[in-house]
Amino acid sequence: MKPRFKDVATVRSGLKNENYLADDGIAGVVYLADRLGKPVLIEGPAGTGKTQLAKSVAEMTGARLIRLQCYEGLDESKALYEWNYKKQLLRIQADKTSDSWSEVHDDIFSEEFLLTRPLLEAITSEEPVVLLIDEVDRVEVETEALLLEILSDYQVSIPELGTIVAKQIPLVFLTSNNTRELSEALKRRCLYLHVDYPDLEREKEIVLNKVPDISENLADQIARIVRSIRQLDLKKAPSVSETLDWARTLMLLGIETIDEKEAKETLHILLKYQTDIAKAAKELSVTK
Amino acid sequence: MPVLDLMSGFIVELRNAGLPVSLTENLDAMEAVKVIPIEDRDAFKYALGATLVKNNAHWRVFETIFEVYFSLRGPEYAITQDGQPDDFWREMQEQMEQVKGQGEGKGSGGGMDSLTPEEIAAMLMRALMSGDQAMMRALAKQSVQRFAGMEPGRPVGGTYYLYRTLRNLDLDNMLQKLMDANREMSDQKLSSLEERLEKDEFESRIEQFKQEVESEIRRRLVADRGAEAMAKTLRKPLPEDVEFMHASRDEMQSLKKALYPLTRKLAARLARKRRHGRKGPLDFRNTVRHSLSYGGVPADPKFRYPRPAKPELMVVADISGSVAAFARFTLMFVYAIQNQFSKVRSFVFIDGIDEVTKFFKSTEDIGEAINRVNTEADVVWVDGHSDYGHAFEVFFERYGKDINSKTTVLLLGDARNNYHAAQSWVVKEMRKRARHVYWLNPEPKSYWNTGDSIVGEYGAHTDGVFECRNLRQLEGFVENLT
Repeated sequence: MKPRFKDVATVRSGLKNENYLADDGIAGVVYLADRLGKPVLIEGPAGTGKTQLAKSVAEMTGARLIRLQCYEGLDESKALYEWNYKKQLLRIQADKTSDSWSEVHDDIFSEEFLLTRPLLEAITSEEPVVLLIDEVDRVEVETEALLLEILSDYQVSIPELGTIVAKQIPLVFLTSNNTRELSEALKRRCLYLHVDYPDLEREKEIVLNKVPDISENLADQIARIVRSIRQLDLKKAPSVSETLDWARTLMLLGIETIDEKEAKETLHILLKYQTDIAKAAKELSVTK
Repeated sequence: MPVLDLMSGFIVELRNAGLPVSLTENLDAMEAVKVIPIEDRDAFKYALGATLVKNNAHWRVFETIFEVYFSLRGPEYAITQDGQPDDFWREMQEQMEQVKGQGEGKGSGGGMDSLTPEEIAAMLMRALMSGDQAMMRALAKQSVQRFAGMEPGRPVGGTYYLYRTLRNLDLDNMLQKLMDANREMSDQKLSSLEERLEKDEFESRIEQFKQEVESEIRRRLVADRGAEAMAKTLRKPLPEDVEFMHASRDEMQSLKKALYPLTRKLAARLARKRRHGRKGPLDFRNTVRHSLSYGGVPADPKFRYPRPAKPELMVVADISGSVAAFARFTLMFVYAIQNQFSKVRSFVFIDGIDEVTKFFKSTEDIGEAINRVNTEADVVWVDGHSDYGHAFEVFFERYGKDINSKTTVLLLGDARNNYHAAQSWVVKEMRKRARHVYWLNPEPKSYWNTGDSIVGEYGAHTDGVFECRNLRQLEGFVENLT
């Protein structure tokens, strides 16, 4: 199979064109995922662009994005495939008279009666595909096992049909908010990528990139204030998306340089807990 | 050394440090290395990280070991008595000389020998001020060479050299100096917000410089003693294996960081367990409702889920010196998952006892509550040395009536009673009234019942005594509790 990317730098610049600013780690892992043909497990705090990475990679490679949103109670029939019972029933009733039983029996378990769900869809697709399995930590440990076959061998076994092998190897991204420890078996099959809050420079660039018409000076100030706030011991540190919201708010208010008063008045956009807001307001005004 | 040997040594060391590296992951790493050139150090590091480290808490340990094994190695790092300035440094030097003017210069090419420690410190300050990365790196290199006083083959750890280097640069006061200089330089007065941001910026630069120095020392030590020996001296426990009783300040910080995600995971797991527990009796209404989609045949029986009552918890913790850290962590832990219990009450003692539940009630911030416990709780009765017997007696007298069949009592401490009377009948009485009484001891099992420890005497009356030396054991215990 032909590799999708020439080297790490190509990945990086490609993602940049899609307005996603990757650091070395992110670009490197995406590159490796393609070369080794392995899924990527992305972990990290909420709102740091985990899902967005998969979307951007799909756009960059011109592939179709197939998304499986995980939730408690997700099962085979929602994730892999399901037999179309109604259609099978109709088929049986349609020619009650003619066909012999064995013929009907073979017929109703053919691909025509198979409803493909995201996972099966991803591997049977002819065109290039990026598969995103979102918030994989929400499913139960037992359900995780559903994913193992497809993640390691890119195939799905259906008892009535046999094994369906992928026509092309899709790029697979799994995201996790780390609400529970994923099983060893799943982790072993994946490359691991931890996406943390960006550093000062990258955050500033993200703000400059995503918020139109923002001045360099303001973006710099925003990034620095957010960094200071993240160093505090908070219940929930501000995420990148909250930083962006804040930047947009400040733009709307027509603020050019942030002073203490304005910072305090708009803190509730960055922080969502009252105790956090109080703490940050206190910290930001105290000089040592 | 060929890459393959280096890799296998590296992976053995990762395993020694406690990282679970499986065979397949090892093979993946080898595959990854094939497509990434080793010269691109950052990419190489991330490639190894992505294949070998599957838990972010282990990243730091990985980074340290990576640096030991794959840091630049070569003759230039060998420890020689007369330090040879390398080309980069000389260039830097010349530049500086030009900037400074001829007054202070003592002839170009004189190398760092011509600079006094004060001058180096001044250069460092300028570099920190402007955030000049290259300069900071060069200075880190030079100061290690000048001040660390490294001697080949001497079996001391990196910390000693780090201390010596930083002391010579007067780094402790650097932040203050930078702030002062910054204030002088700017024309108008900075607002407190701006000042605060400047301070954070300088702090992070100083931290960066420290790390440069540290890795420089490490590089030199590796060159001197070889990777295996170095990795062994640098080996640090993973956050979940750090012992409460012997944690250093840095380790305490990492413990605190590890605590929050751990409790979140535990709470999610417990809540799930509660919901998906054993099935209860048949839910007739629900079954009939679902039978409609099967033409009235009850093909899919539904069951009621039992809702087990949440236990009530009473935590009684010794907060005297040696076990204070352990008590603090257990309290934090318990309160972080307090919605898994119907009620949590907490008591702390040394030789007197005091209820501290109100501190946790009045604020959402657990850290602040713990601080108040440490400063405000009235726990000293006579001399401020642990007296379990007296504390238990008073506890039973005041709060004993509140213990009922729903209560689980947690006793925390090392049971080092300073040879006071044990009064173990109190524990016996508690157990009669409570659902369970458990004892958590932060000491290793082999120390129990030695010296003035009488954990056995108390333990005989409890439902179990558990060794709780690190986060992993604490988590395991709490999970079984609910």
